[in-house]
Amino acid sequence: MSYLGELFVMAMTAIFIQNFVLSRFLGLCPYLGVSKKLDSAIGMGMAVIFVMTMASAFTFLINKYLLLRFDMVYLQTIAFILTIAALVQFVEMVIQKNAPALYKSLGVYLPLITTNCAVLGVAILNTGALRSDGVTPYNFLDSVLNGFFSGVGFTVVLLAMAGLRMRLDMVDMPRSMKGMPIALILAGIMALAFYGFMGFKI
Amino acid sequence: MSLIILESTALLGTIGIPVLIIGALGLIFGLVLAIASKVFEVKIDPRVEDIISVLPGANCGACGLAGCAGYADQIVHGGEAVNKCAPGGAATAALIANIMGVSADAMQQKVAVIHCSSGGHDNTKWKYNYEGVNSCKAAVNVAGGPNSCPWGCLGLNDCQAACAFDAISVDANGMRVIDFDKCTACGACVKACPRGLIQLVPINRNVYIKCSSKDKGPEAKSVCGSTHPCIGCGICSRKCPVQAITITDNLARIDYDKCINCGLCATVCPTKAIQDLLAGCRKKAEIDPESCIGCTICAKVCPVSAISGEVKQLHVVDKDVCIGCERCVAKCPKKAIEMV
Repeated sequence: MSYLGELFVMAMTAIFIQNFVLSRFLGLCPYLGVSKKLDSAIGMGMAVIFVMTMASAFTFLINKYLLLRFDMVYLQTIAFILTIAALVQFVEMVIQKNAPALYKSLGVYLPLITTNCAVLGVAILNTGALRSDGVTPYNFLDSVLNGFFSGVGFTVVLLAMAGLRMRLDMVDMPRSMKGMPIALILAGIMALAFYGFMGFKI
Repeated sequence: MSLIILESTALLGTIGIPVLIIGALGLIFGLVLAIASKVFEVKIDPRVEDIISVLPGANCGACGLAGCAGYADQIVHGGEAVNKCAPGGAATAALIANIMGVSADAMQQKVAVIHCSSGGHDNTKWKYNYEGVNSCKAAVNVAGGPNSCPWGCLGLNDCQAACAFDAISVDANGMRVIDFDKCTACGACVKACPRGLIQLVPINRNVYIKCSSKDKGPEAKSVCGSTHPCIGCGICSRKCPVQAITITDNLARIDYDKCINCGLCATVCPTKAIQDLLAGCRKKAEIDPESCIGCTICAKVCPVSAISGEVKQLHVVDKDVCIGCERCVAKCPKKAIEMV
């Protein structure tokens, strides 16, 4: 399979088939917490894409040149958390200084996802992921792109959820259902809908 | 013996190397962040942080800026006035003034008042039965709203939904009741009401014209469900001792900068459209016979001619006529008048 085809499979898998929120059930906290308004959902989505891509790149290097080399893969979680937290802090400082406009739109969301499980999830899943031939492990570029597409997948469902919840605000519904209960039911129905993508053969 | 030493060395290696590596990793990251925090330091005026900490943090937007942080930033860098925070009130203004080293102009505490006495279940006339999106903003777009009065309250509680301080409740009749203790005059309900019925009124003014109809008298009477419409007759305007009431477009409005809270307008209104919260609770003036010098000033300022007496003679207040406006108290040169 050509590399472009490989990319297509990776994108489809990360966005629809193995969606981080609706299929892997990672990153549910921001999914339910920041999906009340569309504009904050966009901000959060962009921040997640950004952090997932950066984290995939750095954790790949840490994993390959440190953990595998010294035979301490069992410390993966702790090493990755350390790396991601430091990275996000660093990036936050850089953009606060050099890109105040970007900081204003992303700034408040960055600390929220520093130790988010979806970000850690993509880093850990990257280390064991294989290409569609079932033998070749992900190289550096694969990992970074997979991080990016996973972030896009997260953003897609976050935006869909925010759009639905803004409409739900206008609906007359039983008092006990308002707010979080209906959001959780909605999340469940969305997950069932995304389950349908499992049938794709690519 | 040598075996034990060998084993413990191996153990030290097994534990020690990962500890060393992870420790070193943490140390490097820590150092990088420490250096970065110096290199990429953004200088923030400490006064901004101080002001943010004294603001209420409700981000209500009553100051006209984007949230409390935006207001704090504008105070320090944009020269914004320190007394614009409605929820914080005078106390917050004083704190900010202290941080900025300026004097705070006294801020008038206000509350929201709904200028309509209709909108409940049994005091509204309906044109049709509205069954749509449960919002005033949506309902006004359907044939000019479901209620007969095109100026009046629709009763779908957009103002209540907009209130971030839980100050608006709905009573058994479906009328909105504003809790003045909770109201911070942030103005969210003022913006939320599509009919523009809500006005922010100084909290020490208790006389409200509870109607916003600009229809002519007979028309206003025929559509008003509460039977208390303003018909624009102008009696209140003529009777007001301080000319605080003006009639425009068949509607009386009180200028609260002039209003002295006497409640006279409420007593003369033929349709009872004016609500006086203090009606019956006002104290009456009483002149101390020993201090009165008979200067006649009190008799001249009394809007209802309740004070009588000759020059250089003791003056007396007719308590049945007195409306308790306290104008005489303010004017008496001998401080001989008390409210009892």
